[in-house]
Amino acid sequence: MKALRKALDRVKPHFEDGGKLHAFHSVYDGIETFLYTPRTVAAMDGVHVHDAIDSKRTMIIVVLALLPCFLFGCYNCGYQHWLAAGETTFPFFSLFFYGLLSILPMVVVTYVVGLGIEFIVAQWRREEIQEGFLVTGLILPMICPIDTPLWMVAVATAFAVVFAKEVFGGTGYNIVNIALTARAFLFFAYPSKMSGDKAFIATDPIGTWAPAVPDGFTCATPLGEVATSTSASYPFDVFHGAGGQAIDAWQAFVGLIPGSFGETSTLCILIGAAILLFTRIGDWRIMLSVVAGALAMGALSNALATPAYPGTMVPFYDQLLLGGLLFGAVFMATDPVTACRTNTGKYIYGAFIGIVAVIIRNYNTGYPEGAMLAILLANVLAPLIDWCVVQANVSRRMRRLVAIEKKED
Amino acid sequence: MAEKVKNSAVFFNPLSKDNPVIVQVLGICSALAVTAKLEPAIVMGISVIAVLAFASVIISLIRKTIPVNVRIIVQLVVVAALVVIVNQLLEAYAYDVSRQLSVFVGLIITNCILMGRLEAFAMQNRPWPSFLDGVGNGLGYATILVIVAFFRELLGSGTLLGVQVIPQALYDAGYQNNGLMILPPMALVVVACIIWVHRARNKELQEK
Repeated sequence: MKALRKALDRVKPHFEDGGKLHAFHSVYDGIETFLYTPRTVAAMDGVHVHDAIDSKRTMIIVVLALLPCFLFGCYNCGYQHWLAAGETTFPFFSLFFYGLLSILPMVVVTYVVGLGIEFIVAQWRREEIQEGFLVTGLILPMICPIDTPLWMVAVATAFAVVFAKEVFGGTGYNIVNIALTARAFLFFAYPSKMSGDKAFIATDPIGTWAPAVPDGFTCATPLGEVATSTSASYPFDVFHGAGGQAIDAWQAFVGLIPGSFGETSTLCILIGAAILLFTRIGDWRIMLSVVAGALAMGALSNALATPAYPGTMVPFYDQLLLGGLLFGAVFMATDPVTACRTNTGKYIYGAFIGIVAVIIRNYNTGYPEGAMLAILLANVLAPLIDWCVVQANVSRRMRRLVAIEKKED
Repeated sequence: MAEKVKNSAVFFNPLSKDNPVIVQVLGICSALAVTAKLEPAIVMGISVIAVLAFASVIISLIRKTIPVNVRIIVQLVVVAALVVIVNQLLEAYAYDVSRQLSVFVGLIITNCILMGRLEAFAMQNRPWPSFLDGVGNGLGYATILVIVAFFRELLGSGTLLGVQVIPQALYDAGYQNNGLMILPPMALVVVACIIWVHRARNKELQEK
């Protein structure tokens, strides 16, 4: 560690005023503050918030919270591939490394494109390099189907970073979640690669190392199965995995089901949620109200179940076990930049996400999963919710003031 | 001589510095609706140029006899009459395109650019400058429409004027058309990009 610090100090003069590499000073600054907490993260006097943590450290904790989902995703990706190939033995390390090799190119592409744009913009505006992309760049591959072509990921990342973030002023100024913008872009631009029954299982045998999946193999996610189902009776809880086997609620909880890379395991998401809540980086109000909203709406649609909408036949607890809603609730709805700031607003915002996501899932068969659209819509509405909450507070205090003044008269 | 300079300014300003779409932000609705393909965008552009030019001349000719209280109604009647003529011509000679444009030819009547130019220019000026102003603004509108439609058709459908432009080899290599380009939101993003480039090149237009 000492050697690293020394190396940084040795090259530092080149990047300071008058140094020959001064043009790249923001790059140096970005790397230095990423590796070492700067001595001061907020001014020591005046009215600033005094805190020992800065946003780079915050982001790293979110990345840590994402790791359980990521590691499990590696295993599950391999597991689904082996199932699809019709294998009956599941060697742990082969599965894990298959998943890792499948996801790694996507992670590299998002980071190279996203960070590349951030570095260029920071250099151009002579600002510090912001760290917001650390989390975005990891989340995006985790919420995309594993077989999404890399160039599409690159285009979507560039679009989201430029149009959802940089034009609004960079990290901390965006209105909607960057990773979800990229995913929404992919979803609407290239629907054939982003949904349906061919996208969610990694089929590349990586040379001849992994078992080959038969040509024309298809496997829908459980929610995809619900959306395309034509007849269903209550309760509709028989889903099929990559090997054609039935999936029960326990497997869905652990996460051994087809789906986007990082979002299948409810268990790992809960571990991540625990990390975020323990460090107080994620807000429990938002997580709780999303879950409550989704369960309430799920139960309501169960009560009004009709075969015309097979989604209404799905037991309400499956709303959390299947699809990406819980992942979105823990890692994306809680994004402090795009969520509500007021506590009352957070409850409304979270409940809105949960309710709308389940409405889209259950009543719009064109969209098997509604979490992405629900969170984006709530992001847009968040400032409005905050405004209403603040105004309600203002008028409540005004009434109180008037009442006191009357009493004094 | 002085008038000639003014006339050229009247004609050329709307093309860039005073463009109705990207500077005054008028006529955005039809820019979203008709720009998924290049052909309807071109036809729509020509229609607006024609209607705007002739409406300007007519309004300018009768500007002294129009009672102030009913001037908007008179303008609307003139524009509506011209739009009906254009619509009939399109149905007669370019039926397919007129089907694609559907109600948007009719909605030229309510296009903010027309009312704006008639109110702001033709009501105060002689016929020839009014004609130039109408053609200039129509061209400014059509230019933006064509640029937007060019990118939307190229990236959204891989064609230009219906002719395949992106080679089949690229599709075989895994390229896909961008479905989002066909949807209206991308028209706004493309218009925003044009405004971005335009403001970057014309610093005096940038808001403080």
